[in-house]
Amino acid sequence: MVEPGIVMERLVKKYEDVTAVDDLSLRVARGELFGLLGPNGAGKTTTINILCGLVKPTSGFVSVYGFDVQAEPWKVKQLIGVCTQETAVYGYLTGLENVELFGSLYAMQGDVLKARRKTLLEKMGLDKDAEKRVEKYSGGMRRRLSLILALVHDPQVVFLDEPTVGMDPQSRRAVWGFIRGLKAEGKTVILTTHYMEEAEELCDRVGIIDHGRLIALGSPRELVSDGEVGSLEELFIKLTGRRIREEA
Amino acid sequence: MRIQRVLAIVKKEAKKTVRDPAVLFMVFLFPVVFILAFSTFFGGAGGEQPVYEVGVVNMDDGNSSQTLLTLLSKTGLLNPKLYGDNKTAQDDLSQGKVKAVIIIPSDFSLSLASYNAAPGEPGRWVNTTIALYLDKGSLVAIQAVSPILQQALATVAGRESQAPLSPFRVEVASLVEVKTLSAFEFMAPGMFTFASIYILMMVAQAFIQDRENGMLKRIRTTPITPVEFMTGQVFSYMLMALVQAALVFATIYLLGFRPNVGLATYLFAFTILMVFSLSNVGFGLIAATLAKSPGAATGFSFLFLLPQLFLGTFVGMSFSQTAQIAGKFVPSFYVTNALSSLFLRGASILSPAILLDLAVVCVFSGAVLTIGIFLYAKYFRI
Repeated sequence: MVEPGIVMERLVKKYEDVTAVDDLSLRVARGELFGLLGPNGAGKTTTINILCGLVKPTSGFVSVYGFDVQAEPWKVKQLIGVCTQETAVYGYLTGLENVELFGSLYAMQGDVLKARRKTLLEKMGLDKDAEKRVEKYSGGMRRRLSLILALVHDPQVVFLDEPTVGMDPQSRRAVWGFIRGLKAEGKTVILTTHYMEEAEELCDRVGIIDHGRLIALGSPRELVSDGEVGSLEELFIKLTGRRIREEA
Repeated sequence: MRIQRVLAIVKKEAKKTVRDPAVLFMVFLFPVVFILAFSTFFGGAGGEQPVYEVGVVNMDDGNSSQTLLTLLSKTGLLNPKLYGDNKTAQDDLSQGKVKAVIIIPSDFSLSLASYNAAPGEPGRWVNTTIALYLDKGSLVAIQAVSPILQQALATVAGRESQAPLSPFRVEVASLVEVKTLSAFEFMAPGMFTFASIYILMMVAQAFIQDRENGMLKRIRTTPITPVEFMTGQVFSYMLMALVQAALVFATIYLLGFRPNVGLATYLFAFTILMVFSLSNVGFGLIAATLAKSPGAATGFSFLFLLPQLFLGTFVGMSFSQTAQIAGKFVPSFYVTNALSSLFLRGASILSPAILLDLAVVCVFSGAVLTIGIFLYAKYFRI
């Protein structure tokens, strides 16, 4: 039996009159690349925030690698790396200093951090600009740096919240290659996106959520085949009666 | 608590302070420029005078000294407070509890009687000296107490104005050097406090910016605990206050403020300023809780900044008695008061009044910081 990496059981999150996550139950295996799909406002980011311990669920249970997120948030935070939807990096620091700061927050030791930051900066093509202040970076460079900050401590679980939003097709393809690399390293990846082709290209399985509810779950191929549609986009239209990016 | 994480936050904040022109200006350059301009243009500004307490050691058993005290009270400017001995009065003077000490000699009534018996024959008068100890840290004490006393003595002697000849001589007998301080020197202790207050605006803006650009959220996804994060932040701002105090001291030193105090006094001054910076971090967090944008944070910061500025620093030194009472509700008042006692009155760092000021600043700062952290954490989480 595959050991579950992430478990969500009957997860509910309500904000006054709005139910952002509605009775969501999911299991993601260790080493799986799982896509959480849905239009803007579907509840994807709220789900990620609950998994990271940033938001307390109204009810339900969540665990990451066997640790209850609510009861043991500090153990979970050691395991996870989060690339938030906002390109959150410190503009007044250099790329290198940003990486060192986050490495220190994960209590990484000097030599390990040094080697890791070198690898990641090279992999993301930022090694030549590492000494520049981030305020001088382009949007794409900031996005890549943001990914590095999520991965600096070599986490076992990676949450990527809309990692390619606003990117040109070339940069998007480069990030896809990087995400595939994470899967090849055996990391558990949860990717939220409203780009259906991204999910089809990358994910082992996807969960489509709408208005906080899980409306479809399976591999992209299975879902397309079972739904007798040509793509995940068509499946979403079939299930909800509207296009996924209409609300974007 | 991992020191590595705390130091990482301190390092980040230090780089921000050095690299962000807005922070550099607001925290370091603005106070220095303001002090230079203010002390140059408004150094002699005055205002409505409150009633000042003056200590009186009355060694005279006659009625004439009582008449003198009544006259001093009636001026509406001085409130005589009787002491049994000179030492107790001097202690209170050095701690700023009274603005001056008047020593009425034992032969005061006898002297007045001799004058009244033969007003035109100075040779038959019993001459006497009224000793006067003044608070060097009070402009009013130095400029007003002696003339008021002279006027009251003239009235006691039955004359409408001070005559060139009388049996009474008022001698300024301050234990420390008799030197008139400039208006700038009176302001100097408040300048330290003044500069430190601006940190609250920096805190409010920094937290709002990090909240808006998603940095606080990102930090919260890492294993750093709220205690480690806030310790790093608070330590950074304390360091900023220390550097700022050093810069202000250098500025006012160059402008001529050179108090004759020891290293311990300076260390104490810097310590109380660092403790005071905690309250500004607290006020900054409260402003960041109330505000939705960096612009609004600046506005809310002024809600906390202005009362401290006008009621507790050199800006408000000549305000009315009501304002001085109101000042007791802002921490900056106690910092300025302690620094004035140390630098201008020569009080010891172990004197009860100084220790009381420090205790009030500690309690105030601790309470405001706690409230600030609590409110911010409640609405936005740290």
